[in-house]
Amino acid sequence: MKRREFLKSMSALTAVGAFSAPGIWSQARAQSRQETLLIVSESGPNNLDIHGVGTNVPGYEVSWNCYDRLISHEMKTLPNGTPYYDKNKFRPELAEDMNIGDMSVTFRLKKDATFQDGTPVTANDVKWSFDRAVTVGGFPTFQMSAGSLTKPEQFVVVDDHTFRIDFVKKDRLTIPDLAVIVPCVLNSELVKKHATAEDPWGLEYTKLNTVGGGAFKVTNWTAGSQVVFERNDDWKGGPLPKIKRVIWRMVPDAGNRRALLERGDADVSYDLPNKDFAELKSDGKLSIVSTPYSNGIQYIGMNVQRPPFDNVKVRHAVAYAIPYQKIMDAVLYGLAKPMFGAPEDAPIEVAWPQPHKFNTDLAKAKQLLDEAGYGNGIQEPIQISFDLGFAGVNEPICILVQESLAQVGIQTTINKVPGANWRTELTKKTMPLFTNVFSGWLDYPEYFFYWCYHSGKSIFNTMDYQSSAIDGFIDGARAAAADGDAAAYDKDVKGFVDLAFTDMPRIPLYQPYVNVAMQKNISGYQYWFHRRLDYRSFEKS
Amino acid sequence: MMILIIKRVMMAIPSLIGVVVVTFLLTRLLPGDPAVYFAGPAATPQAIQEVRVKLGLDKPLIQQFGSYVFDLAHGNLGTSLTTGQPVITELRTRLPASAELTLLGLLVSIAIAVPLGILAATRPNSLLDHTCRIISTAGVSLPVFFTGLILIYVFYYLLGWAPAPLGRLDVFYVAPPQFTGFYLIDSLIGGDPQAFIAALKQLVLPALTLGAFSLAPIARMTRASMLAVLSSDFIRTARASGLSNWTVVITYAFRNAMLPVITTLGMVFSFLLGANVLVEKVFAWPGIGSYAVEALLASDFAPVQGFVLTMAAMYVALNLMIDILYGLIDPRVRLEA
Repeated sequence: MKRREFLKSMSALTAVGAFSAPGIWSQARAQSRQETLLIVSESGPNNLDIHGVGTNVPGYEVSWNCYDRLISHEMKTLPNGTPYYDKNKFRPELAEDMNIGDMSVTFRLKKDATFQDGTPVTANDVKWSFDRAVTVGGFPTFQMSAGSLTKPEQFVVVDDHTFRIDFVKKDRLTIPDLAVIVPCVLNSELVKKHATAEDPWGLEYTKLNTVGGGAFKVTNWTAGSQVVFERNDDWKGGPLPKIKRVIWRMVPDAGNRRALLERGDADVSYDLPNKDFAELKSDGKLSIVSTPYSNGIQYIGMNVQRPPFDNVKVRHAVAYAIPYQKIMDAVLYGLAKPMFGAPEDAPIEVAWPQPHKFNTDLAKAKQLLDEAGYGNGIQEPIQISFDLGFAGVNEPICILVQESLAQVGIQTTINKVPGANWRTELTKKTMPLFTNVFSGWLDYPEYFFYWCYHSGKSIFNTMDYQSSAIDGFIDGARAAAADGDAAAYDKDVKGFVDLAFTDMPRIPLYQPYVNVAMQKNISGYQYWFHRRLDYRSFEKS
Repeated sequence: MMILIIKRVMMAIPSLIGVVVVTFLLTRLLPGDPAVYFAGPAATPQAIQEVRVKLGLDKPLIQQFGSYVFDLAHGNLGTSLTTGQPVITELRTRLPASAELTLLGLLVSIAIAVPLGILAATRPNSLLDHTCRIISTAGVSLPVFFTGLILIYVFYYLLGWAPAPLGRLDVFYVAPPQFTGFYLIDSLIGGDPQAFIAALKQLVLPALTLGAFSLAPIARMTRASMLAVLSSDFIRTARASGLSNWTVVITYAFRNAMLPVITTLGMVFSFLLGANVLVEKVFAWPGIGSYAVEALLASDFAPVQGFVLTMAAMYVALNLMIDILYGLIDPRVRLEA
């Protein structure tokens, strides 16, 4: 009897549920749908504060949208119509103006700017936030040091609304480094309330709470599942965003993200496989924006300290054996900018990235191997390693390279390295042959080369390339940039690019694209150096 | 009964200790250095060392184990690095999501497999028996992510009947107030029938996916054990006494055939929790399976340890429950214990 009663009550409840949906509710939902941006992506943040320990890249997106910096970049428009940040032009965000002196820079802060809890933003907050960034260690401290911002003594409170930064040395990257994500301004009094003896910078609190004065605040965060942002209507850093609410859902399966877009349930997604983007592009139902990574290149690296790649002829042979066009067509579906096959007579330019002159030419590769003393090929298999975390692109590249190298007599095996392990393997600098991607936030050739080619200890000199000649060019270019000596700078940049192409310790393949897919009624996407979304400019019609 | 329960719980303690030690060692043996992973994309060796010290990974292994056990004794499972949350809160919010899905999947499976198995057993080698065989073989041989994707493609993408595969609730619904963590139950307690319907809609496809996968063992086991019982003497006697077919098959035969089926159910439930991993991935389900896998890929020790420990504790509880159920179904088992 009990069972029967239970069943009865269940069906009654179901019936009530089916008929009790009042019309007003769905109308309210349609309204909020109109003001809400629904983003789907593969993974979400692990920390809402970029100063935290091990904050991941999705966490940067939260910081970017919820905090203000003193300055930000102006926008320019690319030939294809995409708004793109202008690396040379700055606009004030929290600051009212910026005065660059010889060995210092002074900012006047907006007097009416407040944090999200209503307290005014003062120079003390700015100093506290910058002190925090250069002290907590790890990534934020490293990023600050990239602009020669290293010590708390550099940051000076002149008065409540005036803030000065003293330079330790002249560095062209200091000002650009103030416009990246790390030097964000936090509500210092609020954080101090939650700081403890073990955690003097309140990292535990800011991990879960956004305490800035930015355009959005996080109102709900379920790790690995969703982040909900609400607009801060009192934002003073720029024009009030059109979008009131952003819901960012994690959908691990790429096929489902595409289905959600095509069914019109999701508004924006940006980490789909290239094949999907290529197909969506030709379908024309969604708007797709593809922009090359600023200062980023996918490459094939060779360990130059060990045979056979210690021989420059072998490296050139590999550079002639890479099936560049096949990679562009079959792996990337054309969604990348080729970094190979420049015309024979093209001069080296003062720019980076720029294409090298190698093309696929197996006969030439064989001849070079012959000259290097490997006329019978290399029978002992060489490992090609790649990061499984980005297997969608890396694996087919390695297979194509393996096939092509076999044709010139170089035998290889493929070594798949799990994502968690990849960084460790890179640091060891023992992988003989591998593919990887590097991109820098700061878009300057010497910045890229300093990280990837300088003999110093950078883990991105993954080829273990040691050359005093290239070190000389890189250091020269950095010094020339700081002093504003254009002629010396141009000469040094051409010098290191030329040397990188003649010595060929790594073979650039292409500049990857950031692909963003949106519904047709969504507009206002902007490309930023961090490659994440800026919610402030989006609009929904 | 009480003594039986206490005895079983005591017996579980050594295995739990073993699990603690083994998971700790295994996670440390994994290749990959969490300090390097979490130091960020452009870390210097010095930055990596700073992260290592912060995470306590610079200490000797035995000391790390000591502090792990100390924390464990205080109910602290550590903090996940990938999600930034304490493992215990994450497990608390995610376990109901997985359990709700798994239980519903199991219910679907039982609802189909048991009648199918009984019917197949009463008519061995008939067309129905072969259908049962084909359905269960197909169910178990299709990988769950495949079944899941196909269901999404057909019912969401093509037909538009199912809601978007976006986890437990549609984006514009507010989660019901938490009582049990099971949305179906919570929404009813909270008096929000709309949320109940919405949650149920989200559950249909993943539950079907899981159900299809677990059809085979339950259907086959029901069939086999029914066949054995149906050919025994007391059934012949019952039939000879002129009892109706229903009474013979359900009341007499099925009750006796249930023991092995219950054992199988326990087994199926535990491997469904495992199979969940892929279903959760496909349906963006915020459960513990996807949580553990993501943590594993990032060498994030704490969640992996917490996950394995929770699962071990659940197995123990599950086996205990099955033993008790045995006693209820077949009084002879109780006496032997």
